[in-house]
Amino acid sequence: MAHPAMMHPPARREIGADVYNEKLGIWIFLGSEVMFFTALIGAYIIVRFGSPEFWALPNQILNVPVTAINTFLLICSSVTMVKAFASIQDGDQKKLQLYMVATVIIGAAFVGVQAYEYTTLVHEGFLPSGYAAGSHLAELAARGELPASVSVYGSSFYTMTGFHGFHVSMGVVCMVFVTWKAFKGKYTKEDHRGVEVIGLYWHFVDLVWIILFTIVYLV
Amino acid sequence: MSWILPPSASTFASDIDFLYYVILWITGIAFVIVEVGLVVFIVKYRARPGRKAEYIQGSTKAEVIWTAIPAVTVVVIGLMSGGVWNDVKGRNSVPAGAIPYGVHAQQFEWQISYRGPDGQLGTGDDFTVRNQLHIPVNQPVVMRLTAEDVIHSLFIPAFRVKQDAMPGMTIDVWFEATQVGEFEIACAELCGIGHTTMGATVTVHTADDYQRWLADRVAAADR
Amino acid sequence: MATTALPLEKTTHATHEMSFVRKYIFSTDHKIIGIQFLLMSFVFLLFGGLMAMMMRWQLGFPDQPLPAGQLLPETMAPGGFLLPEFYNSLVTMHGTIMVFFAIMPLLVGVFGNFLIPLKIGAPDMAFPRLNMASFWIALTAGILIMAGFFVEGGAAGAGWTSYAPLSASPEWTGVVGGQQLWLVSLAVVGLASILGATNYITTVVNLRAPGMTWFRLPLSIWALFVTAILVLLAIPILSGAAIMLFFDQTIGTHFFDPTDGGQPLMWQHLFWYFGHPEVYILILPAMGFVSDIIANASRKPVFGYHSMVYALISIAFLGWIVWGHHMFMSGMNPTLGMAFMMSTMIIAVPSAIKVFNWMGTMWRGNIMFHVPMLHSVAFVSMFVIGGLSGVFMASPPVDIYFHDTYFIVAHLHYVLFGGSLFAIFGAVTFWYPKMFGKLMNPLLGKIHFWLTFVFYNLTFFPMHNLGVGGHMRRIYDPSQYEFLQPLAPLNTFITVSALLLFAAQIPFAVNFIMSWFNGEEAGENPWNDNGLEWIVPSPAPHGNFAEVPIVYRGPYEFSSPLVEEDFLPQTRKLDSDTEPAAASAAE
Ligand SMILES: [Cu+2]
Ligand SMILES: [Cu+2]
Repeated sequence: MAHPAMMHPPARREIGADVYNEKLGIWIFLGSEVMFFTALIGAYIIVRFGSPEFWALPNQILNVPVTAINTFLLICSSVTMVKAFASIQDGDQKKLQLYMVATVIIGAAFVGVQAYEYTTLVHEGFLPSGYAAGSHLAELAARGELPASVSVYGSSFYTMTGFHGFHVSMGVVCMVFVTWKAFKGKYTKEDHRGVEVIGLYWHFVDLVWIILFTIVYLV
Repeated sequence: MSWILPPSASTFASDIDFLYYVILWITGIAFVIVEVGLVVFIVKYRARPGRKAEYIQGSTKAEVIWTAIPAVTVVVIGLMSGGVWNDVKGRNSVPAGAIPYGVHAQQFEWQISYRGPDGQLGTGDDFTVRNQLHIPVNQPVVMRLTAEDVIHSLFIPAFRVKQDAMPGMTIDVWFEATQVGEFEIACAELCGIGHTTMGATVTVHTADDYQRWLADRVAAADR
Repeated sequence: MATTALPLEKTTHATHEMSFVRKYIFSTDHKIIGIQFLLMSFVFLLFGGLMAMMMRWQLGFPDQPLPAGQLLPETMAPGGFLLPEFYNSLVTMHGTIMVFFAIMPLLVGVFGNFLIPLKIGAPDMAFPRLNMASFWIALTAGILIMAGFFVEGGAAGAGWTSYAPLSASPEWTGVVGGQQLWLVSLAVVGLASILGATNYITTVVNLRAPGMTWFRLPLSIWALFVTAILVLLAIPILSGAAIMLFFDQTIGTHFFDPTDGGQPLMWQHLFWYFGHPEVYILILPAMGFVSDIIANASRKPVFGYHSMVYALISIAFLGWIVWGHHMFMSGMNPTLGMAFMMSTMIIAVPSAIKVFNWMGTMWRGNIMFHVPMLHSVAFVSMFVIGGLSGVFMASPPVDIYFHDTYFIVAHLHYVLFGGSLFAIFGAVTFWYPKMFGKLMNPLLGKIHFWLTFVFYNLTFFPMHNLGVGGHMRRIYDPSQYEFLQPLAPLNTFITVSALLLFAAQIPFAVNFIMSWFNGEEAGENPWNDNGLEWIVPSPAPHGNFAEVPIVYRGPYEFSSPLVEEDFLPQTRKLDSDTEPAAASAAE
């Protein structure tokens, strides 16, 4: 016995955003995310312009080729995400499952490569606080081949890419859930809101990465 | 319960005080208008049996008036403020020939450095006095304000001087004392456990006294 | 796909077989969540108030031990005398608790939740479960921040603004874990706020009943909607800054460390870029509630409804370009200071429009002085003082003298207590019947109002004069300074007033609790108001409306010539009314 409001679903409404709640909600939430990354990127810009001598050249410390490949991976995952969405729009459950699995795997691979990158960097002596004492990079710096200190460089590198990685990881967790629902056949040609919502989030995370990759690794 | 600012003793203090009194009058009048208006309305339009409120949606004319008047007023205040601000804190406001002092703030004291015999600040013959600033009267002086650890704020109420000392920055603060005597310095920015104790004094000397004090100090430093 | 007509809104309102826990603890009903926020915020309001009392005692009676101060541990108040480090913690925690765990949840958490669906004619929020999560996340954050008092080194002590580098290292504050808990708590409560804001915005945009067009929304809903946008965009800035500061403290980053490439001034820019919109988050909803209440009590339409809406929007918009007025003395470029001065001055204009339009609403009205109205009139008169005193600090040269003095303490309390809190008392009394089905006792309400009004002014008004005397804020022992010694009697006077102000809240607490059990039955519409919430039973049932309400007009049709009564509910269909177009379009 449901409540009256449920028995007569409140279909009659003022026309609002003309999209369903979850889609509007994720757009609004992403607005908030934009401001969050604005704070981090803004801080990066201020610190970098304030102390340019703390920055090494792009290729000196970071492994740009590996990250470029990783960037390509993430873009691929956005493509598979689009495919997943297009599949369920056609009502194709099998293809939805296939592309969701692909997106999850590629997304997870991105996080894996990032973890590998972090491990290598830490091993070489690049930390959020700057050089690790006595490390390989610290020696190079002592010889004048690298900036004397990379403290704020390390700080903003790890904070920005780390929080992006955190967002990717959250996305992967949510996508696992969506994939699981896809395998249970919960999405239909008519109603596949979960796929669209996670897709929007995923594209946003991808877009943020392209910005971060450009400003952190390339310039 | 006073609205009168304490006595002042620097050249630009009167400009700042004047601006304060202008704003005090303007806001005071606005305050009286609104509060009296509210009281009148409360009494006059209180509910009485058999009366009905008038059905009024608004009045564009009235709204234009009470948009325009505050707008003009604040712009005028803004323009007046801008001029004084430029004279006191503007990038080029420090008068030529102002005597420089180093004021270094740290938990929880003020290290004040004076030029040595070479007439240059920041050289080896400077001497430093803790929590005591000595300056001559009627002579512009400029504090090269720095901070050791956290943010402090140099506050000299009688001179209407306040400026944060920001670690990593050197900020010039100038003023010209107009009265001989002793005045208090306080730290106005929360800077840790001992914040409250971070006081110091300014002693304003006549030109002759100042030279004598300086000579004594230099002699003491030599010994 | 692109229609609004998906009849799939998840409602979890099964009225039977709902256990106590599901119904009242882990409830997804927006009204229960609103009440949960109300109880939580009142507890934090009490905590914040107690902290203020301790600070006032220190300033008013520095030679005497705090009454019952012996109960505090040695690390806070040996022999009942507060330690300076504990005083700094009190300064910090009082501000933070009041802003983030009392006023903000009271305005946004309580009334955003309670009012939005009811007033727009929706069965619940767009995302009820997310709404529940918001509350529990906020409560967790509250517990985290209070935990600061119980860890080694005490609670955060760098002020609610937490300026770096003081806040960045235990070396400077003497506070170890408390500072980190403070940051984590703010990041967590920020998440709750962002989820809440997402929910409010979606709800207002998408779930309005047919006929509830944008310009038929009550100003309370407009204000909450605009506030939600500010929350959505401002809070993540604080979260980002808090995370960077947290990393500075924990993993050795150097964002705000000037000795290694970082910039302390950047903290202030980030903090106030969030902080000034936050100021409006703390006052706009109050303006909305007061607009509703004044129209109701005056039995007149809100004067200039449209300009009230535009004023709200322009205040919210201008709020983004004024943050530098907190930093005139910070060493920021003085020319930039002038730009911030001008934008700040301009904000006086929409604020003035609001004040005069409230007065215009009362003009030629037939004003009933019910308790909510008393608080609302107090709001207007106190907000005016807070607004006018702001002009002093907006003028940079005058700010040289007043920056970081008690003048600003007076100013901000006139806005946040005289403004927001009076509006909250008014709003709680006004909507209490819809929350609990009972009326609050008007006599106790009036006693509470008058005592609060008198002692509030006796407490905070003289603080202006302390500021004129040059009295710095956040100072533990003013007797250290000769120029502050003449102000000591005034400090004592303020302390006595503050203690009485605190005591004056007892009738409110009694009234709130007693009325819950013994209050007079309210009936559907005790204030003869027009809003949609007043057409449902009190307390409002789960799911709110038995059928979708249809709206024919705005919420302020009081004393309309069209009807005999002096009010005209939004849902009452007159012969001249036509069905709203959208109602059939979306079927
Ligand atoms: Cu200090
Ligand atoms: Cu502000």
